Amino acid sequence: MTAPAAAAPARAVAPSAKAPASGIRFDHVSVAYGKRGEHTVLDSFDLTVEPGEVMALLGPSGSGKTTALRAVAGFVRPASGRVLIGGRDVTGLPPYKRGIGMVVQQYALFPHMKVAENVAFGLKAQKTPRAEIPGRVAEALEMTGMAAYAGRHPRELSGGQQQRVAIARALAIRPGVLLLDEPLSALDAQLRSGMLAELARLHRELPEVSILYVTHDQIEALTLADRIAVLDKARLRDCGTPQQLYRRPRTEFTASFVGTANLLPVTVRRGGGGNGNGDGAGDGVDFAGRRLTVPVGDGVAEGATATLCVRPHLIGLGQSPQVDGNTLRGRITEVQWRGSTHRLYVAVDGHRVLADVRELRETPALGDEVTLHFAPEDAVLIPAGLAESPTGLAESPAVLAESPAGLAADGAPDA
Amino acid sequence: MLVHSRPARRAVHTLFFLLFVPVFALPLLVIVAASFASSWSGALPSGTTLAHYRDIAQGDALNALLTSVLTALTASVAALTAGTWAALAAEKLGRRTRRLLDALFLLPVAVPSVVVGLSLLVAFSRPPFLLNGTPQIVITAHTVLVTAFAYQSVTAALARLDPAYEQSAAGLGARPAYVLWRVKLPLLLPSLTAAAGLCFALSMGELSATMMLYPPDWTPLPVQIFAATDRGSLFAGAALAVALMATTLLVLLGVSRIRTKASYR
Repeated sequence: MTAPAAAAPARAVAPSAKAPASGIRFDHVSVAYGKRGEHTVLDSFDLTVEPGEVMALLGPSGSGKTTALRAVAGFVRPASGRVLIGGRDVTGLPPYKRGIGMVVQQYALFPHMKVAENVAFGLKAQKTPRAEIPGRVAEALEMTGMAAYAGRHPRELSGGQQQRVAIARALAIRPGVLLLDEPLSALDAQLRSGMLAELARLHRELPEVSILYVTHDQIEALTLADRIAVLDKARLRDCGTPQQLYRRPRTEFTASFVGTANLLPVTVRRGGGGNGNGDGAGDGVDFAGRRLTVPVGDGVAEGATATLCVRPHLIGLGQSPQVDGNTLRGRITEVQWRGSTHRLYVAVDGHRVLADVRELRETPALGDEVTLHFAPEDAVLIPAGLAESPTGLAESPAVLAESPAGLAADGAPDA
Repeated sequence: MLVHSRPARRAVHTLFFLLFVPVFALPLLVIVAASFASSWSGALPSGTTLAHYRDIAQGDALNALLTSVLTALTASVAALTAGTWAALAAEKLGRRTRRLLDALFLLPVAVPSVVVGLSLLVAFSRPPFLLNGTPQIVITAHTVLVTAFAYQSVTAALARLDPAYEQSAAGLGARPAYVLWRVKLPLLLPSLTAAAGLCFALSMGELSATMMLYPPDWTPLPVQIFAATDRGSLFAGAALAVALMATTLLVLLGVSRIRTKASYR
């Protein structure tokens, strides 16, 4: 990603986005605070959000995800790099010239204006013809199901209703880009899942709007996003579709942050006992003195240490029904009943392995010896070099080759 | 409540009234009584008459009251404008410059108002800045004295204002002036009116700097009260004082009504 980016500007500023739809592109964006810029909160961030795409920025607090969003909105100024909206370099533009819609965590509805006035605010500020405003306000309120509340003050609304008004206010100006900064985090769990469905519906109704969605909640990201960018410690760690990140995580961080994962330290064994002709048959790993059959990708040397990622819900109890299935034996150290499932904590040669199995008729006792199994195709091998690399993606061009088109360094939409 | 038991609470209330009533309320009540009294030989004034009010209504007291109100209104508006402007500008400054500005605006409060009056007299008594002997110099002095309070209350209110409002507005395409006019100032309105009331009340009662500066044709009411009591006309002074108090209270009441309408949170 680092090398080809040098050639990027010329292509990106070219009128690649003639359509009203506008994507977002981060071009080596770094943001730093402090007198000499000693606190880097976003480090050389490269990402392209295609027109009409929902991109989730997922990461723990302090990972730089909100800073990235604020750089698009224009509330923080990058120390270096550029931000482009719809192919236009907006790095030096003030927020009000960027044509964005934004919804923040606490909604920030203007308390002295009624709901309709809140929604009309952006239209009036942008000097939309007076005759158009009532129609646009009604349309935005209709879309978010808040038409009946137009005459109320924000303080008379519940959290979920305020949220809808905030979204209506952002949509009323018909932005090409919608920025959502943890929009659901102030809602309770039930409202949250309802609003997730609402947001998905809104995006189906407005397919041309690009959405940048900042969240620390993996469920929100998995549910809503076309692609997820995983951030940690001011850097982009991984980017891909929810399925890619969940089923084929490329780093330990992604594996453990997007869903729950068993991360087992293993040693790679190439073609051991197999035909050894390079077709991958017979490849596997050694884990705690036991040979496991798992797919080993190209470029992983015999004897290399790596991490094996297996999702807890893909681990079953008992002997494997498959011929080439992998089995592990261990002792139960903890059992959690979670309603529809039991979560078993099993110590396998000193390593903790989680298994989520369908609710058991009889709860296993602590200290019971159990056999666990998982299918070879359900395990993912994460090479050690990548997993431990402090710089993650940036130094691993081999991994980038697999990334979707949007991550390509030139950033220009494929069209 | 810090005190829970009923007897203890009653004791605290009694103590409060014992301290509050003699120090705060009684002197004012005595002034009101004196303004209606015909004689004052004992501990308290006695007799009832409206003669003092009739007297001050015939003299130039009304003129002085009008002078006071005009001075206070002009000074409050000027102080509020300057104070708000400075507070808004200070928000965008670096920490050091900001502290310097804070100190600068605190100066007229830290310096005795007699000194403020004297310094203005010295500074503006020669051309091209010849304000000596004009109403403007009185108004300027009042403005200088009360701007500190306007600046401080607006600064405090700005610090409490959630930046998300301003950012949301800017994100919706509103220019800074539009954000200021439609979002920030309306949200600051309760603090602005409170500051206006404070400025007005302070200016209405200002005496020491005014004494240094007032010209014969611009005599605010406090100066008249001082002059009346100085020459021994206690009853006339009391009547003037009641007029000053009543007017100030009326204006403050009016201002507080604006405030209740404007407080949204």
